[in-house]
Amino acid sequence: MINKKVTNVQEALQGIEDGMTIMLGGFGLCGIPENSIAELVQKETKLLTCISNNAGVDDFGLGLLLHKKQIKKMISSYVGENAEFERQMLSGELDVELIPQGTLAERCRAAQAGIPAFFTPAGYGTEVAEGKEVREFNGKMHVMEHAFNADFAIVKAWKGDTAGNLIFKGTARNFNPAMSGAAKITVAEVEELVEAGTLDPNQIHIPGIFIQRIFQGEKYEKRIEQRTVRNR
Amino acid sequence: MALDKIGIAKRIAQELKDRYFVNLGIGIPTLVANYIPKGIDVEFQSENGVLGMGPFPFEGEEDADIINAGKQTITTLPGASFFDSSLSFGMIRGQHVDLTILGAMEVAENGDIANWKIPGKMVKGMGGAMDLVASAENIIVAMMHVNKAGQSKILKKCTLPLTGVGCVKKVVTELAVLEVTPKGFKLLERAPGVTVEHIIASTEAELIIEGEIPEMSID
Repeated sequence: MINKKVTNVQEALQGIEDGMTIMLGGFGLCGIPENSIAELVQKETKLLTCISNNAGVDDFGLGLLLHKKQIKKMISSYVGENAEFERQMLSGELDVELIPQGTLAERCRAAQAGIPAFFTPAGYGTEVAEGKEVREFNGKMHVMEHAFNADFAIVKAWKGDTAGNLIFKGTARNFNPAMSGAAKITVAEVEELVEAGTLDPNQIHIPGIFIQRIFQGEKYEKRIEQRTVRNR
Repeated sequence: MALDKIGIAKRIAQELKDRYFVNLGIGIPTLVANYIPKGIDVEFQSENGVLGMGPFPFEGEEDADIINAGKQTITTLPGASFFDSSLSFGMIRGQHVDLTILGAMEVAENGDIANWKIPGKMVKGMGGAMDLVASAENIIVAMMHVNKAGQSKILKKCTLPLTGVGCVKKVVTELAVLEVTPKGFKLLERAPGVTVEHIIASTEAELIIEGEIPEMSID
């Protein structure tokens, strides 16, 4: 067994420097690497390019990094619900690249899987396709999109073991699996870290080969963005 | 009388067919899940990674790890599954999802749709809408016929940045059901008590009108 366990978040994020490109898992505030984001705020790492489906809310998730002006560029599919984001974008402080959600996921997966580029119908005929190669397959037009090239991927899982194997829970899975192994170094933070051999190999969602560093996070807040309920 | 949002949702629910897998967008489309016709089985997909989505949880049973694409807390039904974003859009791109219902700011007579950006104002992003409209075989748009300024959203040509080209099959508004045909919008039904003249006056695009236009049947 190759041990991937590191002692804490500080050790896990060693080597992240100003100006790097970082992928962060999560959809809205669901399945985000809370401990690592808090540590990036502490480290005051600047000029980051962040690849993440959303940009958090004003006071949580990636919103915390935005608030400290640590992000230079955001690559996302949807960035609503964040007033500070809007302010920085309109004032030109923040560079924003919006791309279709499925394309975002596949550009992560392509990086993970060693596929340099692929064709998708998403965005054909729109401004997303401007300047990109388009090609017809089976009578339908497609746009060529490239794999991401990131320095770090930071993912969050429910359970993990010291070999780096990961299991996700519910829709907190989202972008985390496709980002695992999609950067030079992938860091996984988990709610529960167990010894290798404890998890059933049949139940592993992401094999440890994609993970370089794993640690158990603390005090997950798991904030709910839209609390919707029905009457009993 | 023109329909309200619930009326639009009820009319669109009539388009659901047995054994359909359906993706519902945010807003009016989400309401469609409340009016599934009796006797048919459908499953709802949410692109953040769940198939077999159920109703909102009871108070106290919300789980931060189980949400829909609108970031709302949800539940799952028997037979449900969770999966990652890449596989989710594989389902969508691979046309395993039968029907997509979404909102729009504008729809054009050639089936073009615009719903993600208003230049000069805030841009919130396209989310999964571009993937959905580029891939789905059957796309129904749920929206109001005119915008807040009273201008028609049913146009000869979209004026806003496009989300997808030539993809919309049907539009249901508070006034009418329209089908997108190779020759343009065809008026299929009118809301109860709404006249054909009213619909024509509220629509910038030309309408194909053949014979008597029936009223929608809504409970």
